[in-house]
Amino acid sequence: MTQTNKRIYVWELPVRFTHWVNALCVVTLAVTGYMIGRPIAFQSGAEASFSYWFGTIRFVHFTAAFIFFFSFVFRIYWGFVGNQYAKWNTFLPLKKEQWVGMLRVLKIDVLLMKSRPLKTIGHNSLASLSYFIAFLAFLFQCITGFGMYSAMSDAFFPQLFRWIVPLMGSDFAVRQWHHIFMWVFVIFTIIHVYLVFYHDYVEGRGTISSMAGGWKFIEEESPDK
Amino acid sequence: MSDKPLTVYEDMKSKGYSRRDFIKFCGMMAAFIGVASTGVSKVVKALESKSRMPVVWFHFQECTCCSESFIRSSHPMVADILLDNISLDYTQTLQAPAGYQAEKSLQDVMKNFKGQYLMLVEGSIPTGDDGVYCCIAGKSAIDIVKEAAKDAKAVIAWGNCASHGCVQGAKPNPTGAQPVHKVISGVPLINVPGCPPIAEVMAGVIVHLLAFDRIPQLDGLKRPKEFYSRRVHDTCYRRPNYDAGLFVQTFDDENAKRGYCLYKMGCRGPVTYNACAVIKWNNGVSYPIQSGHGCIGCSEANFWDNGPFYQHLASFPGFGIETTADKIGVVAGIATAAGIAAHAITTNIRKGKEIKEEIKESDHSQKEDNV
Ligand code: HEM
Ligand code: SF4
Repeated sequence: MTQTNKRIYVWELPVRFTHWVNALCVVTLAVTGYMIGRPIAFQSGAEASFSYWFGTIRFVHFTAAFIFFFSFVFRIYWGFVGNQYAKWNTFLPLKKEQWVGMLRVLKIDVLLMKSRPLKTIGHNSLASLSYFIAFLAFLFQCITGFGMYSAMSDAFFPQLFRWIVPLMGSDFAVRQWHHIFMWVFVIFTIIHVYLVFYHDYVEGRGTISSMAGGWKFIEEESPDK
Repeated sequence: MSDKPLTVYEDMKSKGYSRRDFIKFCGMMAAFIGVASTGVSKVVKALESKSRMPVVWFHFQECTCCSESFIRSSHPMVADILLDNISLDYTQTLQAPAGYQAEKSLQDVMKNFKGQYLMLVEGSIPTGDDGVYCCIAGKSAIDIVKEAAKDAKAVIAWGNCASHGCVQGAKPNPTGAQPVHKVISGVPLINVPGCPPIAEVMAGVIVHLLAFDRIPQLDGLKRPKEFYSRRVHDTCYRRPNYDAGLFVQTFDDENAKRGYCLYKMGCRGPVTYNACAVIKWNNGVSYPIQSGHGCIGCSEANFWDNGPFYQHLASFPGFGIETTADKIGVVAGIATAAGIAAHAITTNIRKGKEIKEEIKESDHSQKEDNV
């Protein structure tokens, strides 16, 4: 018996594209957001009319926010029309096998109790759940963000999110929670990037490059000639 | 009191105000409530023809700063006219009668002007322990409010106490203090938050009710949009410094002298809806930010719990006073990185052998392929 590798097309172009748009936007939003919350104070004696850097940071935050939102919406749409690995139901732990899968991932990849690597083609069940939680956090950031934004805009779209202010009591509360959730993304990103490297290293299936080209490699046992 | 109630204008005349004073007042009020100049005549006509509106003004858990603000409004007529002309039939702090007579006048209004009287509430309502923490004439504040609201034409909640609970409602809220809108339902209600609200805003809301006979347009938190649709930050004269990123770092630095933005000093202007920067205080003299102090957000819900006032983010509930979400975030980030390092090392120990075997296998099959 020898092993040969088979190429499988896992991530379709829209999945890869929205993935990288989201990645870029989240990093931009977290960095600019943090600066909005804690601006660097340049000790300059300049007149206000000569500079606008803080305004620009906020502009970048809001621009990235819009791009992020629509990319996010598009990805949800793709969850309904995309291939089996992109389907919305892979993210919701509704089936028993997903819970069983999660337990196995927990044993093998998180607690490192068994040594045989567990190999899944798309997302493994635990990762799927973590993406689902990230989806909810995305949604939360969008609602709170546009809820705050509605105070600065007469545009129709942000007004759709105004209800979050009375719900949370005040703009202050909305802002505070919006800020706290930035840390959810920071921590998610750290873990997510590490795990991609981990799987690539342990399983050797090209996890890292799969999000660029879309292909993963799985082993096939083929009978010797 | 005469049989036929005087109109606002008649009453003003009898107090010695001229027609000119009256028109000036109408113009000012029309401007505040945001009607176009063509609408001034509507206000004039209303105050000329409408008789005084019966009003009861309650005081519960409060400090009377709303009343103080109101009677010290910049325009002498605001208090004069409105306090007299809205025919304040019952108000614990200003009325002449006391005891039985005072309570009787309240009962009279509720009986004789069913569905016509305006109910103003200053102060929050304690709901803990059956409301024993605030009783007047043997009745608890909750019972009084519920009884009076039943037949009121509209209810105005003055100040942060009545709108959001203010300091009594701050954690741990020992008396179970609640804003008016949490206690009553089924009556049109207007929140006029602020600690205290601006006198001209209070007057404007009343004039709106008098002139147009309906409550002003309200936002999601039941605040009149004409005064609370914009944040202090949107009309702040220091705003150009904010956009330029010019911030005060400490109250005694060079930047404070230059009048830079107070954002980093914890200014709540960006999350506070009020008209302070437009109408200002004490006859338009100044407002907190103009005096060099950040906004503390006194017209917003839970502003006491969102402290400390001198930092941008509130301290995190359950942690030390000075712990902001950022500090906790950094700790969580470091913990995550440490966890990852541990996991990576363990991976190499537990799975190293397996990976080495696979590498060997791969070498092997490569050689085979080459053969
Ligand atoms: C991953 C997503 C996001 C992250 C990590 C993020 C992070 C942040 C942070 C840390 C702040 C500073 C809060 C403070 O004042 O302390 C902020 C402010 C803000 N963010 Fe976001 N944000 C995200 C998405 C969005 C979205 C989708 C919108 C939608 C428009 C948005 C709109 C805003 C607004 C309006 C502010 C307040 C800015 C101001 O008043 O100057 N954010 N964000
Ligand atoms: S001082 Fe406060 S309200 Fe004024 S611009 Fe700065 S943050 Fe905004």
